[in-house]
Amino acid sequence: MILKGKAIKYGNDINTDVIIPGRYLNFVKPEELALHTLENLDPDFFKTFTKGDVIVAGRNFGCGSSREQAAMCLKYAGVGAIVAKSFARIFYRNAINQGLPVIESSEAVDAIENKDELSIDFDKGLIKNVTKNLRFTMQPAPEFLQEIITAGGLVPWLHEKSHS
Amino acid sequence: MASTIAEKILARASGKKEVKAGEIVDANIDLAMSHDNTTLVSEIFKEMDKKNVWNSQRIVIVLDHRTPANTIKTAENHKLIREFVKKQNIKNLFDVGEGICHQVLPEKGFVHPGMLIVGTDSHTTTYGAFGAFATGIGATDMAAVWSTGKIWLKVPKTLGFDISGELSKYVMSKDVILYLIGKIGADGANYKACEFYGDTIENMSIDSRMCISNQAMEAGAKAAIIPPDKKILDYLKLRTKESFEMIHSDKDAEYEKTFDFDVTDTEPQVACPDKVDNVKPVSKVTGVKINQAVLGSCTNGRLEDFAIASDILKGKTISKNVRMIVVPASRSVYLEAIKGGYIEIFLKAGAIIVNPGCGPCLGLHQGVLADGECVISSTNRNFKGRMGASGAEIYLGSPATVAASAVKGEIKDPRDMIL
Repeated sequence: MILKGKAIKYGNDINTDVIIPGRYLNFVKPEELALHTLENLDPDFFKTFTKGDVIVAGRNFGCGSSREQAAMCLKYAGVGAIVAKSFARIFYRNAINQGLPVIESSEAVDAIENKDELSIDFDKGLIKNVTKNLRFTMQPAPEFLQEIITAGGLVPWLHEKSHS
Repeated sequence: MASTIAEKILARASGKKEVKAGEIVDANIDLAMSHDNTTLVSEIFKEMDKKNVWNSQRIVIVLDHRTPANTIKTAENHKLIREFVKKQNIKNLFDVGEGICHQVLPEKGFVHPGMLIVGTDSHTTTYGAFGAFATGIGATDMAAVWSTGKIWLKVPKTLGFDISGELSKYVMSKDVILYLIGKIGADGANYKACEFYGDTIENMSIDSRMCISNQAMEAGAKAAIIPPDKKILDYLKLRTKESFEMIHSDKDAEYEKTFDFDVTDTEPQVACPDKVDNVKPVSKVTGVKINQAVLGSCTNGRLEDFAIASDILKGKTISKNVRMIVVPASRSVYLEAIKGGYIEIFLKAGAIIVNPGCGPCLGLHQGVLADGECVISSTNRNFKGRMGASGAEIYLGSPATVAASAVKGEIKDPRDMIL
């Protein structure tokens, strides 16, 4: 799978409260949640966002609450992947369970500026900065985690497993 | 081979003789906790193939986040949870008014040393104060736990914190843990188990220890364990008949890093907007005007917190510019606080007492902040927009700092209130 999109860059410690504020957690439908994505951090997010765009961030992305709605709203808003220097552990699990690709790469983050065009080749494990003509290798996740992401999340993966 | 508490618990839970940091294990869950977000868990559970939960006795549900229901949508969600629980024969539902999950579970005797506990709440680490490995997970992971009773976990490395010395009057465990978070940063313990020990920890009450294990999550801790001792045994003697094992780290167990911290001269600490690791000694922020003061939460809404706050508030009046909101962590804490005379002191000082629960911590009700307002709060998070408008400023401090600041109308060193 190859993903193409532009980078939307943020800093360190992007927490779950700014990704999806607590007042929206009652919305169980992901499409409704998605409308409020990053509302407390970047109220203009949807003005420049196109589906497939990649969030690029510093350390500890998704720190804070265990709310899976943080990963869910990003996925249903159409975010293609998140590339960060590191992820908070609960968010990392939630993103995988939602089938939202999460990639750790400090090198790539340092070499990407806001609005750079990116191309991510998941099969080859490559992050390409098309604008700057740079390439970075991703550290592969354990095989079972890759399977979960490819299946689209934990629920479809469990279904695949039980029917195979 | 020598092992840490975290490694020993995860080895036992995954049926292995020993495990080492870095290994991925498939572990059996001893206790699975969820709260108002049970609605989302149950929706995802319905998409999985299992009709019934793996073990209805091992699931505990506490309604605490939006209680009593603050909107029609919340009321509908609570109703769905009650119906689900009935259908699944889950007996351990603690409904609206019982208190916050992280207080209710220990009080009701569910939490024992050596257990592997997961909860759909990041502050599930609180149960580490009882020598358990307890960690937060999301709704899909919990739905899978309900289906199978298992979860995959990477065995974490352990950070050791040796805390020594005697705390001064009105300096609390909250100040110790805020100081440490300021030192190691908001991701200083990400993916790691923390172990807190030393004479300061040994001398701490269970209430104080729970604050440490709770707040440690704000450094990213996967588990925040305090070696269990006689205090824990005495606490549990009244609450459970189940047997359990007191698990301790081996003497030569491998820690990724150890920190030594002498608390003798520590002053009260305040986490400033809008990151929990933006920690300063109270003397650096004294005089910041506040509109609200919050005493409560799973971090600091316990009896000891109320005792110290009432010691400061006794015979005093809260500043006319401040709304002080007090939230007991549980019904039991509330009752004891009435018996101890604390509630009367709070009311006479001008505070507002709301029902046990998460209160205003989540920014949904019971004291939401407007843009430009400022709060000092004994809760655990000061993220932008956490307690209401995104333009509100949140300072975190101990119950003593909250009480002293409420009287003065500005952030105040509680030690100045010592008569």
